[in-house]
Amino acid sequence: MIEIPNLSKRFDQFTAVDDLSFTVKEGEVLGFLGPNGAGKSTTMKVITGFLAPSSGKVTIDGFDITESPIEAKSLTGYLPEGAPSYGDMTTLDFLNFIAEVRGYRGEEAAKRVAHVINEVALTSVAHQTIDTLSKGFKRRVGLAQAIMHDPKVLILDEPTDGLDPNQKHHVRELIKNLAKDKIVVISTHILEEVSAVCTRAIIIANGKIVADGTPAELEAQSRLHNAVTIKLTKAYDLRNDLAGVDGIGEVSQDPEDELFYTIFSRQAKSIFNEVSEVARAKQWPIDEFHLNRGQLEDLFRTVTTQAGAR
Amino acid sequence: MGNLGIIFKRELMSYFATPLAYIFIVIFLISNGIFTFDLGGFYLRGQADLLPFFSFHPWLYLFMVPAIAMTLWADERKTGTIELLMTLPVRLADAVVGKFLAAWALTGIALALTFPIWITVNYLGDPDNGVIIAAYLGSWLMAGGFLAIGSCMSACTKNSVIAFILTVSICFVFVIMGSPILLDAFPDWMPQVIVDAFSAMGFLTHFDSISKGVLDIRDMLFFAVFIGAWLTASAVVIEMKKAN
Repeated sequence: MIEIPNLSKRFDQFTAVDDLSFTVKEGEVLGFLGPNGAGKSTTMKVITGFLAPSSGKVTIDGFDITESPIEAKSLTGYLPEGAPSYGDMTTLDFLNFIAEVRGYRGEEAAKRVAHVINEVALTSVAHQTIDTLSKGFKRRVGLAQAIMHDPKVLILDEPTDGLDPNQKHHVRELIKNLAKDKIVVISTHILEEVSAVCTRAIIIANGKIVADGTPAELEAQSRLHNAVTIKLTKAYDLRNDLAGVDGIGEVSQDPEDELFYTIFSRQAKSIFNEVSEVARAKQWPIDEFHLNRGQLEDLFRTVTTQAGAR
Repeated sequence: MGNLGIIFKRELMSYFATPLAYIFIVIFLISNGIFTFDLGGFYLRGQADLLPFFSFHPWLYLFMVPAIAMTLWADERKTGTIELLMTLPVRLADAVVGKFLAAWALTGIALALTFPIWITVNYLGDPDNGVIIAAYLGSWLMAGGFLAIGSCMSACTKNSVIAFILTVSICFVFVIMGSPILLDAFPDWMPQVIVDAFSAMGFLTHFDSISKGVLDIRDMLFFAVFIGAWLTASAVVIEMKKAN
């Protein structure tokens, strides 16, 4: 379990992480979201013990990262932003080095290295210098390094950044397949990734948590939750027909395509029946009719711009 | 093998994975040859000792050693690998000492490869080999002193060229501290204690006595404490600046 009570990190005048509190339990895959500069990476650097917290603390399975750093770091695997590694070493040499630092010796080390090379598909570049590898391979070397000791806690800072769609899929599968008693924290700004792999998401802005919940819960908080989108076959103004209908909020027409309408729900209640009744009664020229579950992207924009304006 | 040993091994391997180690060794050997035979007048002196060889070492180290020390930490910070290293279960002290020892081992290897000159002098005459061994040890200790300064300067900046220039400058100060040029510049009213303390900090003072075969525990202790102090300073600087 990662416990973070009232964590703050200040650089001179600038507060990067502002009184952040959360816990992550075994089995959770936590997506860490936020605009650039929101404090995602800084928080991860503090959790992994690279930076010391200005106030508050971080404990990993009861080990305080500042008081028992070696124990806490032994439990953790970390892929730093940009996946840094020693460029003049070959993939194999580098992973051997990591295995040794992680306490494996001899045959056991060789077995671990072979395992992670297989896991992230690095066999073809095992004897190549890391400097000569493509961005995708470098990222995978970083991942291999992070999962070397089958860590209880895995912290991945933008693990799929710079990967092609196939590689992204592969990394997501890898994260999903990690044993169920592990803790995974990934930062990303690819929101589809959160719905794809995370069991929980935290959105932070200006160093503070602005939303926390399962991806479905967060989607439900979006303004688009239960909204109805309609595509018409010919121009027709829906607004007059919907005026006064119960539960219906704003009706907006897509400024770029006059055939597209979005009908928002007022209290996030389903307005499917109400809208379809009106549509039938007034015989709208409907081409497509969708009910929205809500979008993380919409919530993300709402909560992060609000926090920015404050 | 503890983490110190693992880091030492990785660093030393990485010197030899790039041309750096080979270039360093070759240039070191060539310069030594030029200094000893050309400028030092090894043959002309007609004496079977290695004084002309060793007396140029402080000046040779002044430029060669900072060149290997400059990347020690500056590159780790520039490429971001410091974040990787510092989040592995490795103590900072192990990382600082491991890296230092690897660089020191490289200078040791280069120094050891000057052995033909030792064979030559034994072939030509009958030198005091005890003095020569002491001088080799002194030279290596002095290289360690230069390296420890370089480690700290390298930790101060992400830019290895800046680290090089800073290291050369500071090393230069420590080299000339004990030399008459600087000591003569002190005004007469300066208490002798201060002048002595100043000259006691100079590399030449300690190196000269060791290279003449006087293995004084105080000279050895000077270099040991000097290296320890600069490495401690390196650790403090890394801790302070690693995030920038």
